[in-house]
Amino acid sequence: MTAATVLDYDEVIERFDPVLGLEVHVELNTHTKMFCGCPTTFGAEPNTQVCPTCLGLPGSLPVVNRVAVESAMRIGLALNCEIAPWCRFARKNYFYPDMPKNFQTSQYDEPIAFNGSLDVTLEDGTVVTVAIERAHMEEDTGKSLHVGGATGRIHGADHSLLDYNRAGVPLIEIVTKPIEGMGERAPEVARAYVSTLRDLLRALDVSDVRMDQGSLRCDANVSLMSKGATEFGTRTETKNVNSLRSVERAVRYEMTRQAAILVEGGSILQETRHFQEATGTTSAGRRKETSEDYRYFPEPDLVPIAPPAEWVEQLRATLPEMPSERRKRIQADWQLTDLELRDLVNAGAVDLVAATVDAGASPAEARAWWVSYLSQEANSRGLELAALPITPPQVARVSALVAEGKLTNKLAREVIDGVLAGEGEPDEVVEKRGLAVVSDDSALYAAIDEALAAQPDVADKIRGGKVAAAGAIVGAVMKTTKGQADAKRVRELILERCT
Amino acid sequence: MPNISRDEVAHLARLARLAVTEDELDTFAGQLDVILQSVARVGEVAAEDIPPTSHAVPLTNVFREDLVRPGLTQQQALAGAPAAEDGRFRVPRILGEEA
Repeated sequence: MTAATVLDYDEVIERFDPVLGLEVHVELNTHTKMFCGCPTTFGAEPNTQVCPTCLGLPGSLPVVNRVAVESAMRIGLALNCEIAPWCRFARKNYFYPDMPKNFQTSQYDEPIAFNGSLDVTLEDGTVVTVAIERAHMEEDTGKSLHVGGATGRIHGADHSLLDYNRAGVPLIEIVTKPIEGMGERAPEVARAYVSTLRDLLRALDVSDVRMDQGSLRCDANVSLMSKGATEFGTRTETKNVNSLRSVERAVRYEMTRQAAILVEGGSILQETRHFQEATGTTSAGRRKETSEDYRYFPEPDLVPIAPPAEWVEQLRATLPEMPSERRKRIQADWQLTDLELRDLVNAGAVDLVAATVDAGASPAEARAWWVSYLSQEANSRGLELAALPITPPQVARVSALVAEGKLTNKLAREVIDGVLAGEGEPDEVVEKRGLAVVSDDSALYAAIDEALAAQPDVADKIRGGKVAAAGAIVGAVMKTTKGQADAKRVRELILERCT
Repeated sequence: MPNISRDEVAHLARLARLAVTEDELDTFAGQLDVILQSVARVGEVAAEDIPPTSHAVPLTNVFREDLVRPGLTQQQALAGAPAAEDGRFRVPRILGEEA
């Protein structure tokens, strides 16, 4: 970027309307690849999950994975799409070593699902309906490792190394129609869309949707048009956006970058750009080949897919409760206000709290732990809530220990801290840190007698009926027991002792 | 009538990463033109109600169950590679492009 002008975000919004197009690639969690029986496990030794078909060796023939097609249709149905009664795969021809066949098997003008929509709720509760253009089936590419360059990137690299374990893993590409009229909220809408889609895909159990491992990836198309214009501007496609936060940052950065060029009378190049996590900026990638350059044609080695209506209806019947409906139900079941529900959703805590309740905690207790205490912990560690090293059953166990009177709230927080620190299960942390409430009455009597003896004047007051004076003795006992006694119980025992 | 230009042949050659000489551009343009004209004649007789044929066999919905089948070992996979390094296929550096 060479433009000298830098506009602040408000100026960008004053002068331009952003238009977004989001392409999300999701790797399916099938056991095998799209067109062959190779496993799809993440992180295997390079080139150990390959066969003649996914290596594109002569004489090999692809056969479609039934479960992958079913997952594609379920995704389409969950996005309110129509399912194509008949569609084909196509070859997308391009010359790049990430596909050993020199083409990617994809779908071109006949996607299996099309014309859908997804309702996206923003943080303040505003609902935006995003129109879905299509969801089509394709295969993932291999992984390139560029050697010899300064940063592992292609520029300056000496040669590249290819691992084809990922080549052929089933991939569904979900493409939105242009998202217009969002103004300053465009970056937020982009993030919320990907987040909502991720929740939906997780509920469908079709993918492990790990953005950090690349099983969910977002390419953000961004263009600007001057206020009042009717034609879209030239768009760029930003890749390498590996987290929800990055989606928002990348869109915002591209809007600002493009605006700075446009106000100086420059023009935007249609190109792919790469998001740089460290700087929050994008850098130029390759000039986009036009669709014609890919020389798509129907894949002759795969027969068309013509899902009978009964099959589609069977799949529709397998759709789980959608996350949005589930939230409504949870709100009613747990009697939450709109604000409480929004806090729960914004903290990314719905599933965690529900699982904690399933494991035996009360909704109020479960919410308190995840939305208040653990959210802060996640924030300070820069992690998503679900990535904290503690599970819903562990939280439920701590909650149960409090309910049984074995832990006070203060001790419970220490137990949670211990679990987060990797000290083991809650009961082990209680044991190792010696955190259990002193519930042995004889130990408490001993501490009480000691305190009463040390403060005879207070003891006399209590005996004389001044119950409020017991506070001083409670304090002393809590000190002796290092806070590990239940103050209420101590009070009861003191009064019993003094009557 | 199709009429493929030298420029179009050069563009196609670039997409396929083929080095084509100036003389060959003329030769191939002529040859490709013959092929395109032949296909165009088929197009002339194709009626609206006849969809273009993409598959010779009238089959649909041929699927494989989602079961793992043994593939190749790393050694077997790399056996035919001109160059390999660290268990990976080694390819010359890729200029001016990025995936």
